Amino acid sequence: MFFFIIVKSYEYTNLRSTDEFCDFLARNLKTGILTMIAQHGEQAAISIALTGSGGAGVMTAGGLLLDAVGKHGCYGLQTRSVGPQIRGGESAALLRLSGDPVETHSACFDILLALDWNNYTRFSAEIPLNASSIVITDPAVDAAPETIAAAGCTMVELPLKEMADDISGGRVNMIALGVAAGAIGLPLETVSGLIAGKLASKGEAAVRSSVACVEAGFESGRAIADVPKLAPSSHSEASVRWLMTGNEAAALGAVRGGIRFAAAYPITPATEILEWLAPALTKVGGTLVQAEDELASINMIIGASFGGVPSITATSGPGFALMTEAIGLATAAEVPVVVVDVMRGGPSTGIPTKSEQSDLNIAVYGLHGDAPHIVVAPVSLADCLFTTQWAAHLAEAMQAPAIVLSDQFFGQARMIVDRPANVAFIAERKIAERCDNDYARYAVTADGVSPMAVPGTPCGQYTADGLEHSVSGTPSSSAEDHLKQLAKRRTKIESHDYGVHWAEIEGEGDLVILTWGSTAAPVREAARRARAQGANVKTVAVRLLAPLEVETLHAEISGARGVLVIEQTESAQFYRYLRSQCDLPANTRAVHQPGPLMIKPEDVLHEIMTELGR
Amino acid sequence: MNAPALPKASDYKSELKPVWCPGCGDYHVLLSLTKAFAALKLRPEEIAVVSGIGCSSRIPAYTNCYGFHGVHGRALPLGTGLKVARPELTVLVTGGDGDGFSIGGNHFLHACRRNIDITYVVMDNRVYGMTKGQPSPTTEPDWDSALSPGGTGVRPFHPLVIALASGANFVARTFSGDIKGTTDTIVQAINHPGFSFVEILSPCVTFRPDQRGWKSVVHPAPVEPTDDAARAARRIMTDDGFNVGVLYRGSREPYMVERAKETGEPAQFDGMFEI
Amino acid sequence: MTNAPGPQITDLGELLAYAHAIEVDAMERYQLLADQMETHNNRELAKLFRELAGHEEKHAAKILEQAGESGLPVIEESAFHWLGTESPEAADLDAAHYRMTPWHALQMALGAEQRAFAFFDHLVNTVSEPEVKKWAEEFRDEEAEHVELVERLLKLHPEPAEGWDLDDDPPYLQD
Repeated sequence: MFFFIIVKSYEYTNLRSTDEFCDFLARNLKTGILTMIAQHGEQAAISIALTGSGGAGVMTAGGLLLDAVGKHGCYGLQTRSVGPQIRGGESAALLRLSGDPVETHSACFDILLALDWNNYTRFSAEIPLNASSIVITDPAVDAAPETIAAAGCTMVELPLKEMADDISGGRVNMIALGVAAGAIGLPLETVSGLIAGKLASKGEAAVRSSVACVEAGFESGRAIADVPKLAPSSHSEASVRWLMTGNEAAALGAVRGGIRFAAAYPITPATEILEWLAPALTKVGGTLVQAEDELASINMIIGASFGGVPSITATSGPGFALMTEAIGLATAAEVPVVVVDVMRGGPSTGIPTKSEQSDLNIAVYGLHGDAPHIVVAPVSLADCLFTTQWAAHLAEAMQAPAIVLSDQFFGQARMIVDRPANVAFIAERKIAERCDNDYARYAVTADGVSPMAVPGTPCGQYTADGLEHSVSGTPSSSAEDHLKQLAKRRTKIESHDYGVHWAEIEGEGDLVILTWGSTAAPVREAARRARAQGANVKTVAVRLLAPLEVETLHAEISGARGVLVIEQTESAQFYRYLRSQCDLPANTRAVHQPGPLMIKPEDVLHEIMTELGR
Repeated sequence: MNAPALPKASDYKSELKPVWCPGCGDYHVLLSLTKAFAALKLRPEEIAVVSGIGCSSRIPAYTNCYGFHGVHGRALPLGTGLKVARPELTVLVTGGDGDGFSIGGNHFLHACRRNIDITYVVMDNRVYGMTKGQPSPTTEPDWDSALSPGGTGVRPFHPLVIALASGANFVARTFSGDIKGTTDTIVQAINHPGFSFVEILSPCVTFRPDQRGWKSVVHPAPVEPTDDAARAARRIMTDDGFNVGVLYRGSREPYMVERAKETGEPAQFDGMFEI
Repeated sequence: MTNAPGPQITDLGELLAYAHAIEVDAMERYQLLADQMETHNNRELAKLFRELAGHEEKHAAKILEQAGESGLPVIEESAFHWLGTESPEAADLDAAHYRMTPWHALQMALGAEQRAFAFFDHLVNTVSEPEVKKWAEEFRDEEAEHVELVERLLKLHPEPAEGWDLDDDPPYLQD
C-alpha cells in the first residue's frame, strides 16, 4: 500500500528526475505519507470538495457540513469556486476540516463528491487530486472525466440521484451532505439537529425530507472504506469559537472601532462588508447610504467624516482605482476615512471571484502627489476584525486615510476560528472642542496632528481644502506653506507609535519568511510543519504595509541566513516594495505567483526545504 | 439700539478676498447667499458650504461657515455624506456648470433622485473659466473656442429639466444680478424639504463678455410655481432660458436620514458568529 | 427680475432706518469694489472706492446721530423693500472691470446716487405722514447734491479712449 501510493504520487506529479522524486518524498514525508498511512484512522485535516451544477445546491450542503463540524467542536474553512452564471452555474464548495484550527487549503483533496461533472474543468486546477483521493460519483448522472481516473483516485460510485428521488421532496445536495458526514465520521445527530434549526423557515416537510436524505446519505458514506476520519477537537470546552467570513470580521471590526457611517457601491468580493454594515450600523446609531458609484461613495465618507463621524467604505480593485483621487483629497484635507479593498485578480475587471495580492502597489503608491497615508493588511481571516478596527483607530488618530488590503480569500472564505479577542482600539479624533478666533485647522504641531473643529463648533469654521493651504486652510501656493504642510502630514504618519502590531511574528530561526495578507496562512502552516521536522523558521506577516517599519523589520531579518518573500502576485510587488525600502540580504529570494490559484502550504514547505538545503 | 442684533449678511462673510474677476456674477451670488443666511437667522457654524473645483467652487472659503473645497465634480457626494451623517446641519452644495453637469453629472442625477434635504446652487456661466474658456455642457453649440473651434455642435444640457426628471423637489432659476430675487429663492430653497436645485445665471465677464447682456434679457417667470412636475417640465422646456423664479415646488418625502436609530453596543453582534 | 412692491414707510424711525441701510449698503459695496481692485492690482481705483466708501460711512454715521438716543428701529435685511432688486445706492457690481478707470467708477457712483435720489423722490411722492415726507425731501435733496458732485467730478475724469481694457497677456490658468 505504502509503495503503491508513492508510485501513484510519482506518476501524478509528473516529476522529471529521481532528484525531484527525492525532494518530493522529503516534502511529503510528514504531510503526505503519514497522512496516507493514517488513512484508516483520524487525520490532521481533511479536504473535501463538493461539486455540482444547475442549482444542485452544493454551496448549501458545504455550508451545512462546515456548520456541523463547528457544532461537533472542530475547526474548518470553506471556500467556493463558481462559474460566471448568476444562477444555475457549476459550483464547488471546498472545505478543509480539522480538530485543530486550519486557515488555508492544502495541496490535495482527500474527497471529491461530484453530483455531476458539468464543466468540471473549471475547477480541476483548484481541486488537486492524487492517488490517495477518494472520488464519489453517481454514474447514472455522468461518467467521470478521464483525468480523474488518470490521477489514480479511488472511485466510489453511489446512486445519489436515485437516493434523492426515493425520498419525497428529497434533494441530492442533502444526500451528499449525509454521505460526506458519514464518510468522515461526524455524528448523524449533529447534522440532522443542525438541519432542523437551519431549515426551520422552509417548513416542516422540507426539514423532514432533508433529514431523511441526510440519514440515507450518511449510511452510504459510512460504508465507504478507507476514508480519513475527522480528528477530535483540540479546543477546550471553555473556549468559544466563531464561524465567520473575513468580510463579516472586517465589518464587525469597523463597528467595534467606532465607525458609524458607511457609503456603499456593490462590487465583488467586497459587497458582503457593506451588506453586513447596512442593518448593523442602524443598531448602533449609524447609517449606510448606497452611492451611485465609487467616486460618490469615497466622497460621501469624506463628507461624513468631515462632519465628525468615523466613516468607511469597502470596494475592490476597480472601485479602488476610482477612489484614489479622493483618497488624496482626504490626505490633503486631513479627513480620516477607512477604505477596505478586498483584492481580486487584476488588472481591470480581472478575476472578480478569485484572490490576488496585486493591489499592493496602487494602495501604497496610487495617490498622486506626496500623499502619506496608512495601508494595513489583515494577517489572517479572523484578523480582518482586528486590522479593520485598528485601521479605524489609526485613521482617526492621524486624521488620514487608512486603507485595509483584504482579499477575496479572506473576504469570502467561511472559517471556524477561536473567538477573536476584544481589543481596545477605538476611533479617537483630536477634536477642537472650543475654538477662539485664532483657530487654525492645519496648525503645525509636534506630532503633526492638529485639533479638528467639527461643524457646529462656534468659531471653528474653516474650509477643508484639497488645494495646498496655510495653517488656517486658506489656499496657498507658497513654497513655505507647501513644505510645512507636506512635512506635517508626513510627520504624523511617520512618528505615530504603531506598537507591536506592525507584524505578526512566529518562530525563531535562520530562515525568515516575509509575507502578508492571505498568503500568511499557508506560510504559517508550512513553517509549523517545517518546525515539526526540526527546521528553524521565522515567519513575519506584515500588517502595517505603509508606513513600513523599516528599522523593526531590519531587526527581524538581521543575521538571517536566508530570507524568503512570499506573495500572490505575478510581478513580485511586495518583494520590490520591500527592496525599495529595506536593505534585504543579498540572498533574499522572492516566491510569487498570481491568482487565481492560492499558494499552498506544501508549496511553501518545498521552498523552505529548498532554502535550508534539505 | 438695545434690540438684539440681527444677523447681517456681512456676518457670514470671511475675511478672505475673492479671486474672481471684477464684474463676475459670482460676487452677487456670494452676496445673495450671505443675505439668505442672515434672513434665515442661521448660525454660521451650523452651515456647511461644500464645493468642487472651478471659479464658483471657491465660494465656501469666502463664507464664514464651515466649508469643504473638494475635488472636481464630487461636491454633491461630499455634501450628501455630510448631511446624512449630520442631519441637523444646513448643507449647501455650490459649484459651476462644468463641475456639476459634466464631470459631476452622474452625481447630479442621483442627488436629485435621492432627495436629501440639501440645497444645490449652480452658478451657470456656460464656460470653464478656471481653465481659460472651454465650452461646458451648457454652452451654446456654436460658441467658438480654442478647444472646440467653430463650436461643439453639441446640444446643450438642460439642467432644470434634468433636475425635474430626476426627482429634485424644488427647482428654480435666478440671475446673479438680481440679488433680492436670488436671495429670496435661496431662502425658499433652503426651507423647502428635500433636494432643492437653484440654477443661477452668473455671467463670466472674461470669457463670455456677451453675458453682460443677460441683465437686459432675464425676466420674471410669468407664472406661479407649480407642484405639477409635468407642467413644470413643459414650461421649462418651452421657455427662452431666461425666465427666473421658482419653477417647481414638489412634495416628495425627503430621504430618510432620521431613521429610527438604536444606540446599542457592538457587542450585540457577537452572537451572530458564536457557534 | 423681481417685481419689487416698493417701500411702505409710515414713521420717521423707519425712514431713518431705510436711509441708514442705504448708506451702509453703499459703503459695503464700495468696500467690496475696493477689495476687488486691490486683489487685481488696480490701486488707483482701490483708493477711489475706499474714499467713496468713507463718504458713505460718514453719511451713515450722521443718520445715526440724527436718530438720537432712541436709535434706529431694528429691521431685518430681508424686510426692506426697494424699488429695484436691491438697496438703491449700492454701486452696480456688474459694471466692475479690473482695468476700469475713474470715469467708470464715477459712472457707477452716478448711477448709485441717481437711484438713491429716485428712491427718496418716490417716498416724497407717496408717503402721507408730514414728518416723514419732510425728512424724505431732505434726504432727496442731499442725494441731488451728491449727483451734482459726481457730475462735477466726471468733468475732471473724462471717458477713456477705446482700448482702456486692453491686456496684452492672456488670462492665467488656475485650478
